[in-house]
Amino acid sequence: MATEILYFAWVREKIGIGSETVDLPAGLATVGDLVGWLAGRSAGHAEAFADPKRLRAAVDQTFVPLDAPLGQPREIAIFPPVTGG
Amino acid sequence: MIAVTVDPRPIDIGAEYAALAVGGAGGIATFAGLVRADDGVEALTLEHYPGATEAALVSLAEAAVARWELTAARITHRVGRMVPGDTVVFVATAARHRAAALEACAFLIDRLKTEAPFWKKETLAGAERWVEPRGSDDAAAARWNDAI
Repeated sequence: MATEILYFAWVREKIGIGSETVDLPAGLATVGDLVGWLAGRSAGHAEAFADPKRLRAAVDQTFVPLDAPLGQPREIAIFPPVTGG
Repeated sequence: MIAVTVDPRPIDIGAEYAALAVGGAGGIATFAGLVRADDGVEALTLEHYPGATEAALVSLAEAAVARWELTAARITHRVGRMVPGDTVVFVATAARHRAAALEACAFLIDRLKTEAPFWKKETLAGAERWVEPRGSDDAAAARWNDAI
């Protein structure tokens, strides 16, 4: 099933795109596993995802830790810690 | 009674305030966050996660209304490019009495800073840098975790 991946802030800038649609391979148990898999897509992905401690994620717009189960989401966002207000 | 706005246009604080001064309010508390010119910052650009941002703000406002029995809560956050002195965020709460309005207003801005998906980028001397999160913001948000 196709999943929309969204990137924000410096994650978006390092990867060079704001979103992409991917077919998730079998065997990805957690959001962190997905990040590890995405890191192999390009040099920009690898740079953006080099330090997972600096990353946050949302699965279908619900904020989750990187060790959360991946499931079969329609939309996943990966971004730095928020800095609004 | 709850209103959440995320918009690139300047915030109309007068209109926001007027919308709260109805419905049995006896006290209104407001917080405005402005762009600072720290370190020679020339501009601040706010990015957000459309859809998820509004949902996060509504969730925070609903929690505040329930916890402090507010008559109204409004959160308005500007996005896009701003310059020092511009209002980035305006949070306002209305309640029958002042303590509820004041506490709820502080809760909303503290939690917004750590829970709503906004990201700030500063422009200084023509160069851009993303703002790093601050531990003091986490501490400010955590002080509202105690039992209701």
